[in-house]
Amino acid sequence: MPEAPVVGIDLGTTNSLVAYMEADQPVVIPGVDGSNLVPSVVALEPLPKEGGRPTVSVGNSARKVLIESPERVIYSVKRLMGRDLDEVKNELKLFPFRLAEDATEGEVPRLQLGELRFTPPEISAYVLRQLKRNAERFFGVEVKQAVITVPAYFNDAERQATKDAGRMAGLQVLRLVNEPTAAALAYGLDRAKAGTIAVYDFGGGTFDISILKLNDGIFEVQSTNGDTHLGGDDIDNLLLTVALDEIQSEHGINLRQHPGAVQALRKSAIDAKIRLSTEPSASFDVELPNGDRYQREIPREVYIQLIEPILARTAGPCKQAMADAGVTPEQIDEVVLVGGSTRIPAVRALVDSLFKLGARGKKCHTDLNPDEVVAMGAAVQAGILSGSSKTTDDLLLLDVTPLSLGIEALGGVTAKIIQRNSTIPASAVEYFTTGVDGQTNVAIHVVQGERELADDCRSLARFDLKGIPPMTAGLPRIEVRFLIDADGILKVTAREQRSGKEAEIEVKATYGLTDEQVETMILDSYDHAEEDFAKRLLIESRNEGLNLLNAVDRGAQTPAWALLTTAERTAIGEARNHLLEVAKGYEIKAISEAMTALDKATRRFAEMMMDSAVSTAIRGKTMEAAGEELAEAVTAPHAFSPAEFK
Amino acid sequence: MLKVIDSAVPVSCWSCSVAHNTSTLFCPHCSKIQPPATGDYFSVFSLEPKLNIDTAVLEHEFHRLSRRLHPDRYARATDSERQFALADTALLNDAYRTLKDPLRRTEYLLKLMGTEVGEGLSADGKPAKDSSRAPADLLEEVFELNMQLEEMRDARKAGEESPDIEKDLSRAKIKFETLVEAVDSELREQWSDWEAGDPSHKKIAQKHMVALLDRRRYLSNLVREVNDTLGA
Repeated sequence: MPEAPVVGIDLGTTNSLVAYMEADQPVVIPGVDGSNLVPSVVALEPLPKEGGRPTVSVGNSARKVLIESPERVIYSVKRLMGRDLDEVKNELKLFPFRLAEDATEGEVPRLQLGELRFTPPEISAYVLRQLKRNAERFFGVEVKQAVITVPAYFNDAERQATKDAGRMAGLQVLRLVNEPTAAALAYGLDRAKAGTIAVYDFGGGTFDISILKLNDGIFEVQSTNGDTHLGGDDIDNLLLTVALDEIQSEHGINLRQHPGAVQALRKSAIDAKIRLSTEPSASFDVELPNGDRYQREIPREVYIQLIEPILARTAGPCKQAMADAGVTPEQIDEVVLVGGSTRIPAVRALVDSLFKLGARGKKCHTDLNPDEVVAMGAAVQAGILSGSSKTTDDLLLLDVTPLSLGIEALGGVTAKIIQRNSTIPASAVEYFTTGVDGQTNVAIHVVQGERELADDCRSLARFDLKGIPPMTAGLPRIEVRFLIDADGILKVTAREQRSGKEAEIEVKATYGLTDEQVETMILDSYDHAEEDFAKRLLIESRNEGLNLLNAVDRGAQTPAWALLTTAERTAIGEARNHLLEVAKGYEIKAISEAMTALDKATRRFAEMMMDSAVSTAIRGKTMEAAGEELAEAVTAPHAFSPAEFK
Repeated sequence: MLKVIDSAVPVSCWSCSVAHNTSTLFCPHCSKIQPPATGDYFSVFSLEPKLNIDTAVLEHEFHRLSRRLHPDRYARATDSERQFALADTALLNDAYRTLKDPLRRTEYLLKLMGTEVGEGLSADGKPAKDSSRAPADLLEEVFELNMQLEEMRDARKAGEESPDIEKDLSRAKIKFETLVEAVDSELREQWSDWEAGDPSHKKIAQKHMVALLDRRRYLSNLVREVNDTLGA
């Protein structure tokens, strides 16, 4: 079997993508439904009555479950990664899913999903596994290694949780890359120029700003700042809250008690948000449980006023990042916009004024799709790591740690040992001793953040240095080495210098999942055996091929078929018959090529099948996606949910 | 790491077994990456301990070494090479961060020379115990400034506008910033004295530098306080 390339994954709050370096260009790999975006939504299908493994679905098919049975779906789990019980409780106020009842302090919180319970990294692992499978379908070989992106402002625990998720999904995570930096890589690829650029990354759930200096292929991050809990989600929730409150006061209905209805309303809120980026107004029109309708027109001016406080929260981090990098807005040569929320015109206006772009006759860079640019950058980093592409040979990314690392000193004060915006890997050495005769343990409390008191910073870990040889108080000299690696993750090693017993000092962190826990959570370790793998891929490809054939055949019965030219119909017919033929065989590559050919032949047909309004909204959809719409409208249930392997 | 180690201790390359000295990051014989060097931060850049450094050259060297040492270059190498790359790059980054900044560089060199410095700049620039005392020649100005700061804060609390105090504070800020610049240029003079001087002159220059660093820390804390108060 040929070796699969290292893939780059953007594990987003709302959507996730997988990409790779094809020769010298990053290319996003589409999913089963032809879409590049896999919604970061995970649903638990009803458990099989006769027993057996539960089926988990991911992406669009999971999103469909949201309105019917919201208790079986989890989305935006990225906001919960690496968070402790209290933080998760607070966050969940906005979401329909709940904590498992057995949640205990000090353990990684688990979420209730239908009858089962999962930690946030496990939920993310399901999304990652879906992306892994999409890539495997595409390459026809197993994908084992990946680069995964994280918000630049993610702390140590959030990064570790993401890495754990990768491992559970059966991926060796070669590197975590900061999202804005990845975007800069994707942009810088064909530019190879020198200068200072700012990347403004406003996504579904997180906001990042990074300032980079580009010099002869070296991307050196100068500073980064952000808010890991600020994004398009907040706008959705704001619109949702406004609507819920109005429904309460105007119709006397507390919709919050109807999770399904809340999700339907949330979907309307998201639709309204998207429309308001291009149209002067948008409206809610939702049926209420008592049969009334809630109708509400939102003019764009009102919308802009509503969201202004949310957008304004991105200004502070931008100013701080410029101050930390020692640059003024005038010294920023280019600003790159990343993340779906940068489609909002009011966001662009804010960026323009923050960086004085218009005044300098400049514009933001938006030439790459803001939803895809991070995944493309991850693919570039994957190329750098695997040394597989000439284009990436000369590129090197020098990133920084977003938050200062400190230890709690006497009186609860934070003693900073590695400053924020230090280039990583970075290290610091501190010395500790004992306070009592014969003491054999020393506890170190490591925190991350900028505040003076350790209590106000994010507690990272309480390390326990065990096995110190008993000595008079103050005599042991324990050297503790803190190292932030290239993933931005802290590693701590310790040794006692007087006795030279270096190996016996045990360093144990007290947060996150243990190695053993991660091990037990590895998804489907059983289906990773090599011999099963080829078989699984073949079955998957055949199923996919049949799904596509079904979609085309259903399409041929619609009025749109008659609108095609004879030549188009012939081409589709030939491509269809060819796929039907190869799907009986054992050649995965042939099946996938035949699918691509049929997909291409039916592209215009797919567009025509949708009415004109819909077709402008989802232009570029493929036959399968069109088939999915059809299936929804005409027959149930649709045949395109990702194949599950028992 | 803070010891100046004469770089002549021979060790063998883990890969080709040819002996080399411990200050090298690559084996001179087989070019394979080596465990972190034991020398000081200057030796990472093949520099003698000194204070007048061309930061553009330093940056260029930093980039050149990064290209060779960075863990990204060893993603598919052996476990031990990956470990060396991680440790070497951490050392390179720590060294670059310290040496590119004139104040950190001065402080580092002083420590290297065994001179006690008031407080580590790396520890957030917070006032150290002994740098909270105003320099004797500034007692009067500092007293006045503190009064103004207090008035300003009181006015803020009461929600009053106080354009007069604001103007005074801005003027004081400019004054203290000028003083900081003066310290910086004195510090640069001391650098040259130190580099040109014999051991006894070096000692004197070191003493001056310690005092200048203390003074500078005190002044920049004041400026920051004024900025915070004005910006609040």
